[in-house]
Amino acid sequence: MNEYLDLFLTWAKIGGFTYGGGYAMLPMIIREVDEHKHWASEEEILDYYAMSQCTPGVLAVNVATFVGYKRKGVMGGIIATLGVIFPSIVIISIIATFLNNFADEPIVRHALNGISIAVCVLMSKTLVKMGKSSLKDVKTIAIFIASFISVFFLGVSTIVISVCAGILGYIFFRLEDKKSC
Amino acid sequence: MLAIKMIIEFFKTGLFAIGGGLATIPFLKEMALNYGWFTLDDLQMMINVAESTPGPIGINMATYVGFNNMGVIGGLITTLSLVCPSIIVIILVAKALDRFKDSKVVTAVFKTLRAAVLGLVLYAVYDIFKKTLFSSVTIINVKEFIIYALVLGISIKFKKISPIAIIAGCAVIGIIFAL
Repeated sequence: MNEYLDLFLTWAKIGGFTYGGGYAMLPMIIREVDEHKHWASEEEILDYYAMSQCTPGVLAVNVATFVGYKRKGVMGGIIATLGVIFPSIVIISIIATFLNNFADEPIVRHALNGISIAVCVLMSKTLVKMGKSSLKDVKTIAIFIASFISVFFLGVSTIVISVCAGILGYIFFRLEDKKSC
Repeated sequence: MLAIKMIIEFFKTGLFAIGGGLATIPFLKEMALNYGWFTLDDLQMMINVAESTPGPIGINMATYVGFNNMGVIGGLITTLSLVCPSIIVIILVAKALDRFKDSKVVTAVFKTLRAAVLGLVLYAVYDIFKKTLFSSVTIINVKEFIIYALVLGISIKFKKISPIAIIAGCAVIGIIFAL
């Protein structure tokens, strides 16, 4: 298959089955981009999330642009992004035309409540899986906990958390560098 | 004229809304007040619709606003204007990163960044668990919790089941049990 078409369709699939924002999308992205297509590793996808957190725009779009760019340069970035927004444009246009009370329909509510459970399942599995591969020493575990505490108890913005973690990473690196000298 | 104004406003939103789809909401509120393209009630409705349809919430909102004011073309224009700044910024960042990919510093920084992002994922997990499986701090939604445990068990046992199948299956379960 044409690689651009492949990029477009894969990201359209991801966009079409994501409910509830950027992080809910992580399991789908790992499944398609890492396990199926091998376009980027689990670690790279997390890196893209980290950078998308501190750059303007919608998380999912930014991650799509990163993966598309890595695969096929600038054109790839644009195609992947168009892919991830395509289902939204189609679905929202249909809903806006025909269903004014879409969100209030009982059947839609029941289905969405069911989907929320699916998102719980997918996300908890993804968290455990990624935790195993990325949280290996005391430092990373401490940052993981500190990051959660900052956002949960202190309400620190996710941008600040990402930037601080980056700076800490740099300091750790310098300290270790000194030790080994 | 309306089209140009919308392009500028959504481009601005895409450029300055940092940190995901929900960050676009304050910008949309301002748009409602300044231009009257939609009311604040419409906005609440849009947020509901955006949350109940697949896709990134920010994108859904942009399409909805554009479509309601100017039809299919409007939806396209607003959505493309919203993503345009991200595409430019991300490609610049990705290009810069290519150059430092193998540097030890960058590798070390990303190692801690990944741990921090996982902390944010944990928060997202907490949030969806709270909304779905608990009706208050101490009260578990028994029906939902049993379904969660069953689906989790099945998906661990049969690794081949795709996330799409899990989502579709749970939607059907939701309808059958009127969750």
